[in-house]
Amino acid sequence: MSEPLKKRVEAAFDEPGCEKNRSKDAKERKKGCSKPLTPGAAAGGCAYDGAKIALQPITDVVHLVHGPLACEGNGWDNRHAASSGPTLFRQGFTTDLTGMDVVMGNGEKRLYRAIKEAIARHSPAAVFVYVTCVTALIGDDVEAVCRHASEKLGTPCIPVNAPGFAGSKNLGNKLAGEALLDHVIGTREPDITTTTDINILGEYNLSGEFWQVRPLFDRLGIRVHTCMAGDARYNDIASSHRVRLNMMVCSTALMNVARKMEERFGIPYFEGSFYGISDTSDALRTMARMLAERGGPADLPERAEILIAAEEARAWARLEPYRAALAGKRVLLYTGGVKSWSIVAALQEIGMVIVSTSVRKSTEEDKDRIRALMGTDAHMVDAIPPREMYAMLKRGDADIMLSGGRTQFVALKAKMPWMDINQERHTAFAGYDGMVSLVHELHRSLSNPVWEDVRRPAPWDAAPADVVQ
Amino acid sequence: MSKVVHSHKSCAMNPLKTSTPLGAALAYLGVAGAVPLFHGAQGCTSFGVVLSVRHYKEAIPLQTTALDEVTTILGGADNLEQALINVQKRMKPALIGVASTALTETRGEDTIGDLRLILARQPALSETRVVFASTPDYDGALEDGWSRAVSAIIEGVVLPPDHVASLHPQVNVLAGVHQTAADIEALVDIIEAFGLVPVVLPDISGSLDGTVPEQYVATSLGGTSLDDIAHMGRAIHTIAIGEHMRKPADLLHARTGVPSTLFASLIGLEPTDRLITLLSRLSGREAPARIRRQRSQLVDAMLDGHFHFGGKRVAIAGDPDLLFALSIFFAGLGAEIVAAVASTHHSPLLDRIPAERVLVGDLADLEDEAKAADADLLVTNSHGRQAAERLGIPLLRVGFPIFDRLGPAHRATILYRGTRDLIFEVANIVLAGLHAHRPEDFATAVPIIEETAHAGAAPATH
Repeated sequence: MSEPLKKRVEAAFDEPGCEKNRSKDAKERKKGCSKPLTPGAAAGGCAYDGAKIALQPITDVVHLVHGPLACEGNGWDNRHAASSGPTLFRQGFTTDLTGMDVVMGNGEKRLYRAIKEAIARHSPAAVFVYVTCVTALIGDDVEAVCRHASEKLGTPCIPVNAPGFAGSKNLGNKLAGEALLDHVIGTREPDITTTTDINILGEYNLSGEFWQVRPLFDRLGIRVHTCMAGDARYNDIASSHRVRLNMMVCSTALMNVARKMEERFGIPYFEGSFYGISDTSDALRTMARMLAERGGPADLPERAEILIAAEEARAWARLEPYRAALAGKRVLLYTGGVKSWSIVAALQEIGMVIVSTSVRKSTEEDKDRIRALMGTDAHMVDAIPPREMYAMLKRGDADIMLSGGRTQFVALKAKMPWMDINQERHTAFAGYDGMVSLVHELHRSLSNPVWEDVRRPAPWDAAPADVVQ
Repeated sequence: MSKVVHSHKSCAMNPLKTSTPLGAALAYLGVAGAVPLFHGAQGCTSFGVVLSVRHYKEAIPLQTTALDEVTTILGGADNLEQALINVQKRMKPALIGVASTALTETRGEDTIGDLRLILARQPALSETRVVFASTPDYDGALEDGWSRAVSAIIEGVVLPPDHVASLHPQVNVLAGVHQTAADIEALVDIIEAFGLVPVVLPDISGSLDGTVPEQYVATSLGGTSLDDIAHMGRAIHTIAIGEHMRKPADLLHARTGVPSTLFASLIGLEPTDRLITLLSRLSGREAPARIRRQRSQLVDAMLDGHFHFGGKRVAIAGDPDLLFALSIFFAGLGAEIVAAVASTHHSPLLDRIPAERVLVGDLADLEDEAKAADADLLVTNSHGRQAAERLGIPLLRVGFPIFDRLGPAHRATILYRGTRDLIFEVANIVLAGLHAHRPEDFATAVPIIEETAHAGAAPATH
């Protein structure tokens, strides 16, 4: 690993904003926060994947992957981050290195030409250049090429140094944050500023779900300067250092950005979530209070309370019709981080039973909240091996599983209802309306007559009496 | 016929290619009880899994040696060994198909040597067959990886001929990566109709065809059995589909002496006729009535369908074999191939594509050429959807990946029936785009006389 990358990885693992990180000694800290991988038993994305996930939603730039084909060829246009304007970010750009480039060391030249071609064709606001394993290994100096290209071509070229072998997806998120901190944030001044400007970090606007909560801010007169990076424009991120407050939604992903923006620009931050009713309320409440303290309108907290009361009442009223159908239904929740508790709260409120919830990616704080909600930690599980998960579902230990796409087929092959609550999904679940959508979808799935039909035995397996004459 | 031109861009925009190792993985998955293993960083596998899951809507048991920065510098042999042992222990596969990636190939790993040492010192692995294909991402595309993995399987599993005649005359089929599960089913049906017993390698119709097993299976489920592969030498003939299967076919021939016939494509009347002639000769039987009827149905579909192909301007992109098969199909029904883009130049067929020129390039090239030539129809994988939207023309989804439509595994496009259905599919796309004609469509026609359009008159209701 090159020296600058090593330093950056170490920096990413030194996180004063993270409690877990602080509790480790210096040596442990260096090892990072992801568990070592087991060859032949690993599942999960690499650091490059994580960096791409964090930055790809920036809509008006070219995301150029410097490496052989697979890194971009197998992965482009695969998520549903929504844009209200430019669609450039959905296109795939790669230097698609050949064996000859690798052997002859043509990588840097090819990269420069690729940047030039992409700019000529699309006039992007910027070009983000992603380092991959092979280009890190052959020692291409992507930072130097980007510096040179920025000067020569007049378009900012941002090196993102997160080759896949550097570590996990989560590390990649952080390295993407470092790239923003080093090269983007604070490089331009905003056209306007108000006393209620905020940024939202770690929000990717998947399936447009941020638009479900944005109207709430509008009604309070809170101005979202930019998300990082859902539906973002380059210019807005470059000028995001003048806001009054940062909110961090995906707890661990961009913590380094939140903390360093506080250090450098004096912008305080808080952690919150838009999944779940009480969480959305808490987020609005904290936001209003902190903005008022920072020179925003003094009546903001009060107006927030009025809005929260009205929205909560409206949401519960809309959930009430589902209570009869869903009360007592058992849910297996297999996801990570904040969603594990914020969704638990809402589902319990309408009478559903949580069979177990995974805490693979949850922080200690997340776990405490689950304990508080469920009264015990008996239902907290780490990873469930697919074979066991299949057996649980086949036995009927749960009525439905909520998880990400990776475990979808374990549930479906057990002929059990399943719902996607991770990033590949097509339905938006954020804010008050999002929780109503989630429960609506749950009901739609559980009440589908198809389950009964597919579980009928085949004619050759059926008892003679069951066979329709 | 055509001139092959290379795109001279340094930046591939909207890649057409899918990676070489993934092609190898898909081939390995056509063997019963197999687990493909990528020798590389975990991302190489993870992207491959996600893409395959989006296409097949199935769990894909793909594993990784999970190289990190230390093993990348020091060498990945230990990781390879651990991965093989872990996969063997956890999943008990019959076959582990190893594929290298750009990372290990750039490092210059001697994977073949490493494997030899590992297998010699690990008795635990003796019950699992381990084969290896060299598939750097920077060399080739999906079909190259598929082809190399099939060669690796033949190399590692097929036994020399034992001169035991099978009870029923056996025919080997070396299926290409562009054959769907439904294609293979159709082919098996037609071979069996002549009283012959097909052994298909790789047989994804048994493993990636979307079924619901009664218990949890960690490896591929179904596919060609190792035993059947071992005895491919007992066949009377081998049928290979697609130019990229030439090398595996030659290898199988060299190893077993079984003669082989390569079909560049099985889409269309003429190639299917040739296959039927061959099967008839091999079996000594006449084509059964059912197949004769299928031929007649195809001829009728060609007659009914040709109206919707004639003069249509079609832009196609794909791996060379798929591109070739579809170009011949469209041109054969009167369409004009106004743009042909190949993912790689690794095929002698590119010269025979019925287009003025074939560009080796990406989907941005396809989009540019389609736009310049005012194409009516785009034909490529699901990644063409953005281009189709920008151009405002329909997209016929073919090949891999197809992630925004259900059932790609169950769509047959070869032989009499598959070709018939493909004609209907295309014709229906054309029909769906037809609009009710209006006077302004006929700018050069005599204008409608004022008096016939009475102001205030009630519109006709018929």
